[in-house]
Amino acid sequence: MNFDFSPEQQALREQVSRLFADGRAQARKLVESAQRHDAGLWTRLVELGGAAAAIPEAQGGIGLGALELCVIAEEAGRSLAPVPFMSSAVHASEALKIAGGDIADAVLPRLAAGEVEGTVAFAERDGSWDVLPGAQVEDGRLYGVKDAVLDPGAGIAVVSARAAADGEGFGWWLVDLAGAGVEREMIPALDVVRRYARLRFAGVPVRRLGAPGAGAAMTARLMDAVAIITAFEQIGGAEAQLARCIDYAKTRKAFGGPIGVFQGVKHRLADMYVKIELARGHALYGAWALSTLASDLPAAAAGARLAATEAFSFAAEEAIEMHGGIGFTWEDDCHLYYRRARVLALELGSRRRWAGRLVAALAGGPSATEAAHGL
Amino acid sequence: MDFEDTAHEAAYRRQAKSWLAENAPAWAAPGPAPAGREESEAEMMDRARGWQRAKAAAGYVGITWPREVGGQGGLAIEQVIFEQEEAAYRVFTVPFQVGMGMCLPTVYTHAPAAVAERFVGPALRGEEIWCQLFSEPGAGSDLAGVRTRAVQSGDDWIVNGQKVWTSYANHSDFGLALLRTDVTVPKHKGMTMFYLDMRSPGLEVRPIRSMTGHADFNEVFFTDVRIPDAQRLGPVGGGWKVALTTLMHERLAIGRAPDAPSTAELIELARAIPQGAGSALDDAAVQDAIARFYVNDAGLDFLRMRAQSAISNGRAPGPEASIGKLVMAKTRQDIGAFAMDLLECGAIEQGRASRLADFQYHYMFSAGLRIAGGTDEVLRNIIAERVLGLPADRRIDRDAPFNALE
Repeated sequence: MNFDFSPEQQALREQVSRLFADGRAQARKLVESAQRHDAGLWTRLVELGGAAAAIPEAQGGIGLGALELCVIAEEAGRSLAPVPFMSSAVHASEALKIAGGDIADAVLPRLAAGEVEGTVAFAERDGSWDVLPGAQVEDGRLYGVKDAVLDPGAGIAVVSARAAADGEGFGWWLVDLAGAGVEREMIPALDVVRRYARLRFAGVPVRRLGAPGAGAAMTARLMDAVAIITAFEQIGGAEAQLARCIDYAKTRKAFGGPIGVFQGVKHRLADMYVKIELARGHALYGAWALSTLASDLPAAAAGARLAATEAFSFAAEEAIEMHGGIGFTWEDDCHLYYRRARVLALELGSRRRWAGRLVAALAGGPSATEAAHGL
Repeated sequence: MDFEDTAHEAAYRRQAKSWLAENAPAWAAPGPAPAGREESEAEMMDRARGWQRAKAAAGYVGITWPREVGGQGGLAIEQVIFEQEEAAYRVFTVPFQVGMGMCLPTVYTHAPAAVAERFVGPALRGEEIWCQLFSEPGAGSDLAGVRTRAVQSGDDWIVNGQKVWTSYANHSDFGLALLRTDVTVPKHKGMTMFYLDMRSPGLEVRPIRSMTGHADFNEVFFTDVRIPDAQRLGPVGGGWKVALTTLMHERLAIGRAPDAPSTAELIELARAIPQGAGSALDDAAVQDAIARFYVNDAGLDFLRMRAQSAISNGRAPGPEASIGKLVMAKTRQDIGAFAMDLLECGAIEQGRASRLADFQYHYMFSAGLRIAGGTDEVLRNIIAERVLGLPADRRIDRDAPFNALE
């Protein structure tokens, strides 16, 4: 048994960590600008293999695996580095790997090389990814609206929609976001570092990914993968806040000494640590389940998702409390993590949905949400 | 990252599995306890001793202990694997854990080799039971406040005072005692550790009935009890340092998953409760609660695997121990309360040898588990100070002589 990252993966972590050393300052710059991300930083991450790591060599990648994505995600979460890593190297690339086929074979090498950025457009008004889409495909053209699309400046998107051939279900499609008929309405997001848009499709040509009607199964599989990798992003963010709080509790003086001597402060930090360590256990197990496609992947993914969401939310909320008034200011970074924690808690679907998925996976049989949507 | 056993580990697991299948007594068969009569304490102790003997004969006790003292000289990972496989059976090993897990490591570390050789083997084989005489009525979380006094008289120490919350003292042959030997120095510096025969004249053990209704622990009275100086562990005045090693072992031992209902049992229970067209398991509030318990329970399993992984790779496990007990005890309590909530008024009646009785028992017992081996508050302090490096609490009694304290 070896329940940890390999020396090579740890070396990758160090490289990425050095690359993201100024991540927070770079994220800050985006808050006040209209830029979609830090293009220079993204280029350097691509040069490091960040976009190609988990893509098979046959499809132009480096052929490592999900574990490398977990390592990068954790460092991205820790530093808030403004790069489209999650949308392009995780969401879109993992989706294309799951779908497979000629189109995926053609697009993955371009994603790996950073020639194009990708994203996914699954959510609609209802919010989560795993709902029956309202968007429709007729005669090879896409009509409909997708909400909360992360990094909408991407060149391509994997979109969920229904065509006649999908029967009661739905399918996945590849869309060229630069093409005519795509309208991007940028939405001001709670997370002021990330970019989101509402995408309107008015007869945009699309190509099918995967088999007709396979959308639900592919989405469930993608959500498991993304939940696990995102759990590392969440743990990175939570650890960053814990570290900042420890520093602050040791240096901030009140009542004649550092505030860290008070049990009201130190016990909350202990609780933060406990939640992070539990989440790390779940996330590591999830990473293993993902890299081996173990049979309990759905339960492992839901456990990682719920544990990491709890850890990051708690750390982000209590960090502001612990920093006092300064933590409530715009200029302090506490709110950047607070915003990120909440948005990550929503992006793949709420706690309520994932609790349902977890219990369904543990008890066997579809969750109430899945059953209600015929998934 | 690899969750699979190595070839050696897999072979050891197969061997342990088949030995257990062939040798575990019928009453310990895997699965839920059969409904029926509750066992008496004497019956449980007999069964525990019998099982320990059987394991000893087959070489499954003291797996990591050196051969010179009666152990197997094996690997820590083998111990972990045997415990994992044994956990499927309803065997009772708790009475030996205080000795094997806490007292004997302390004796082995601090006593001459001949003493360790005399005591380790019989404890491993379940022939001698040990207890830990640490807490006192006035020294719980503030353990360094012990007052039970040992005064040197020739080659002996004469001991007077009272210990309390001592598990298995009424069945014990030997005890490990933290005693006050000097009242004129600050409290942490005036204690000394000894081991003693629990049948020494002047020693009286009185069982205490806990809130579960069982005699879960004891109070122990010392009246001019003589302990030979040869039974001192570590230097005079060095008792606190010795106690810290024992306490870390205690938290590791208590932090292990006990034989208690988990989320799997809660899922079964919820599924059996009709609600609307389905069951209580379809209820979002029920799912949320189960998810919360699962995150803690499975999270602890994964933390143990990380510790196991460290052991498997020849490293020492990290600070998982304090997290384990802290999370496990409160989660047990919450699971018990929630299970009873699911059963509505049906859980008012005290169950007897049933699933309900299990939930009720662990709800009661976990209230004590949250205190044993360090309260939730003490454990949070340990995590904050030793793991996160936060400054220690301000203590006004740290530097004053013990006899000057109020």
